[in-house]
Amino acid sequence: MANDKAIANAAPAAGMMPIVAPLAGWLVPGLGHFIQKRPVRGGLILLSVAVMFFSGLGMEGKVYGLNVGDLLDMLGFIGDFGNGVLYFAARMMDWGGVNIFRATSDYGTKFIVCGGLLNVIAAIDAHQIAIGKKQ
Amino acid sequence: MTLNFSHFTAALIFSLCASVVFGITQRNETKAMIRYGLYCFAWFIGGVLVAGWAMWFLKR
Repeated sequence: MANDKAIANAAPAAGMMPIVAPLAGWLVPGLGHFIQKRPVRGGLILLSVAVMFFSGLGMEGKVYGLNVGDLLDMLGFIGDFGNGVLYFAARMMDWGGVNIFRATSDYGTKFIVCGGLLNVIAAIDAHQIAIGKKQ
Repeated sequence: MTLNFSHFTAALIFSLCASVVFGITQRNETKAMIRYGLYCFAWFIGGVLVAGWAMWFLKR
């Protein structure tokens, strides 16, 4: 019931916000919330995704490139791509291990993928706020 | 710099980050967000502990 009330109170944003907010949120984690005046949520999302991403890199996780090989590699790329600008930075700077040698490297790879997926969820949340379905 | 986390530390970091995002995205009000984040975190850590002990018993 409290959620229904909150949804009823949420005002839909005008103009391009329903498109800009999720795109900004995907590109820079938390930015979709920042531009809709929700800095605490945006900051927490940025912190969570960045911690996942850089912990994954620190554990020598693999960063997947665009590929048409193994199905899991393709899904790995989709997950990694969700990190937005962090993914592009990793590709440009050649961060991340190429081959997985240790158990923690495998964890690192999953951390990077999950960070990207969390960022996608956050970007969808930014869209929900923009269309007025959420406060 | 290479990070050498234990299994539990890695699970703890994952649980914390995932719970924060779940809490923010799956609920509408601040109190409900905090409550749901804590709920998810407790289930993550509870699941890790249960699975860990299950594997310990299976090994013996």
